[in-house]
Amino acid sequence: MTAVTAQAGNLRRAQAQRAARADRHEYPRAERWRRRGPLLPALIFTIVVTQIPFLVTIWYSLHSRNLLRPDSDIFVGLSNYLDIARDSVFRQTALNSVIITLGCVLVAMVLGIVLAILLDRPFRGRGVARTLLITPFLIMPVASSVLWSMAMLNPTYGLFNWTLGLVGIDPVDWTSTYPIVAILMALVWQWTPFMMLLVLAGLQAQPKDVLEAAAMDGAGWWRTFGSITLPQLRRYVELGVLLGIIYVVNTFDQIYLMTAGGPGTASANLPFYIYQRAFLGFDVGQAAAMGVVVVIATIIVASAALRLIFRSFDVKERA
Amino acid sequence: MTATTTAPRTPAASSPAPPPARRARRGSVGGGLLTTLTWILALGFFFPVAWMAMTAFKQENQASSDPPTWFFSPTLDQFRAVVGESGAYVANSAIATGVSTVLVLLLGIPAAYALSIRPVEKVSDVLFFFISTKMLPVVAVIVPIYVIAGQLKVLDNVWTLVVLYTAMNLPIAVWMMRSFFQEVPAEVLEAAAVDGAGLMKTLRAVLIPMVAPGIAATALICVIFAWNEFFFALNLTASRAATVPIFIVSTMTSEGLFLAQLCAAALLASLPVILAGWIAQKQLVRGLSMGAIK
Repeated sequence: MTAVTAQAGNLRRAQAQRAARADRHEYPRAERWRRRGPLLPALIFTIVVTQIPFLVTIWYSLHSRNLLRPDSDIFVGLSNYLDIARDSVFRQTALNSVIITLGCVLVAMVLGIVLAILLDRPFRGRGVARTLLITPFLIMPVASSVLWSMAMLNPTYGLFNWTLGLVGIDPVDWTSTYPIVAILMALVWQWTPFMMLLVLAGLQAQPKDVLEAAAMDGAGWWRTFGSITLPQLRRYVELGVLLGIIYVVNTFDQIYLMTAGGPGTASANLPFYIYQRAFLGFDVGQAAAMGVVVVIATIIVASAALRLIFRSFDVKERA
Repeated sequence: MTATTTAPRTPAASSPAPPPARRARRGSVGGGLLTTLTWILALGFFFPVAWMAMTAFKQENQASSDPPTWFFSPTLDQFRAVVGESGAYVANSAIATGVSTVLVLLLGIPAAYALSIRPVEKVSDVLFFFISTKMLPVVAVIVPIYVIAGQLKVLDNVWTLVVLYTAMNLPIAVWMMRSFFQEVPAEVLEAAAVDGAGLMKTLRAVLIPMVAPGIAATALICVIFAWNEFFFALNLTASRAATVPIFIVSTMTSEGLFLAQLCAAALLASLPVILAGWIAQKQLVRGLSMGAIK
């Protein structure tokens, strides 16, 4: 594997040349199609399964349509979108989405950095400690939602309140009094190992000779951390935050199972609210219009994010 | 944290002691404290899992007791009940996960090849397209998928899940496999070409064996995401095609408060992914970062 990575630099240059040649249309038509051949099944499959439903979503968003009466299909123009603009629940759930996503990603990242630094030191049983720490990420999200809402946070027999009781704090009904905090507990618990793994990979990718040189020069831990480790970690942290946002913004399982978006819509995020409108309210037009709004927002955030991925990794030449 | 990390190092920073001495001093007091802290945090993070496992071995009245029951004689009753009821759900999950993972590899490996080894034009546009489909929120397409599946009469059909899980994991697989293909040295490919090996032969005899660990890592990630998937399964299946996550939810709602049995179900449902993740920790990082982190 080491030999392979050593050659990767040469190789990547060769591939960049090959790609550049392809982009300049230097290949004859037959060759271009021969190259496209292996790509097409995956590309066509992805377009059909992901893009066609989305086009239908746009179509639905311009209609008033009820899931129970499929024939009641009236063109209503942009009125579904106007309704969204007036819908205060939509704004609240959008805000909840932001709070839940950023709260989870940032707290998980801070904890992940701390744990990664602790795990980067050699000590006896380090492999076991790392294995224990990644386990929350491997638990099925449905299972961890149940575990948190019932075994941990239940107001009468939950372990969390019992622990608080040991230090004299009265029991709290977490999922109804502080629903977003309860959801964040489960989410942070699940996503901290993910951040930890990415940051740990960053720490272990530090060039050893530079660290040794710093130690020889008498640089202390904080100094080394600030001027060598942090800059090196930056792109790993950026990638972790970015991927974390992509995954966490779509959180559904924990909300559905822990609070059902409640009380009321206090802890609903956009995915859950759209789900409610479509499958409990049967209001296809409204749900579709919300979906379109969410997609537009996602495209704005994601295209900034994607530029970041492309800049830091892989596609352009890596440092 | 601050106290433990700075205390033993301040002298080293002010007077440049030789590195071995510094490391030795670090290994004694401060190092011991840091190691202890690490273990406390590791056990703390793992504790809910351990509690879930403990609860699964309890009787129901011990599972939801206040104060919690710490000592009890373990029983397998809950596991027996769960295994007895969950057969059809496990079969559906196995089909949806297994078949979709195979399809993802069959579609994704050639696509990754066409994006790395013998690249098509506009590689980065294609990669951008694939990854952008991962960013589109699933809720935005669930209604049309539900309606179309209804019209095609494939609601509550496990093959619908197979198709959707394939689409869900394919972008990740393309990105991951591409990053593995990029590590294949150009010399190897040139040698194969000189030997007159055709495309299929090169793939089978040279490329696939070289990236076998990458294929395993890709498969692992696809299995994890498909096995754990809940949203499509919730909305598109009913009695016939329901998967394991749906089984857990049905245990929760239909029978009221059966925490011990619920924990047994949750533990068994998570076990395949836990074991796979423990065994393949290295591949996990690479997969989760879609191949960006080697």
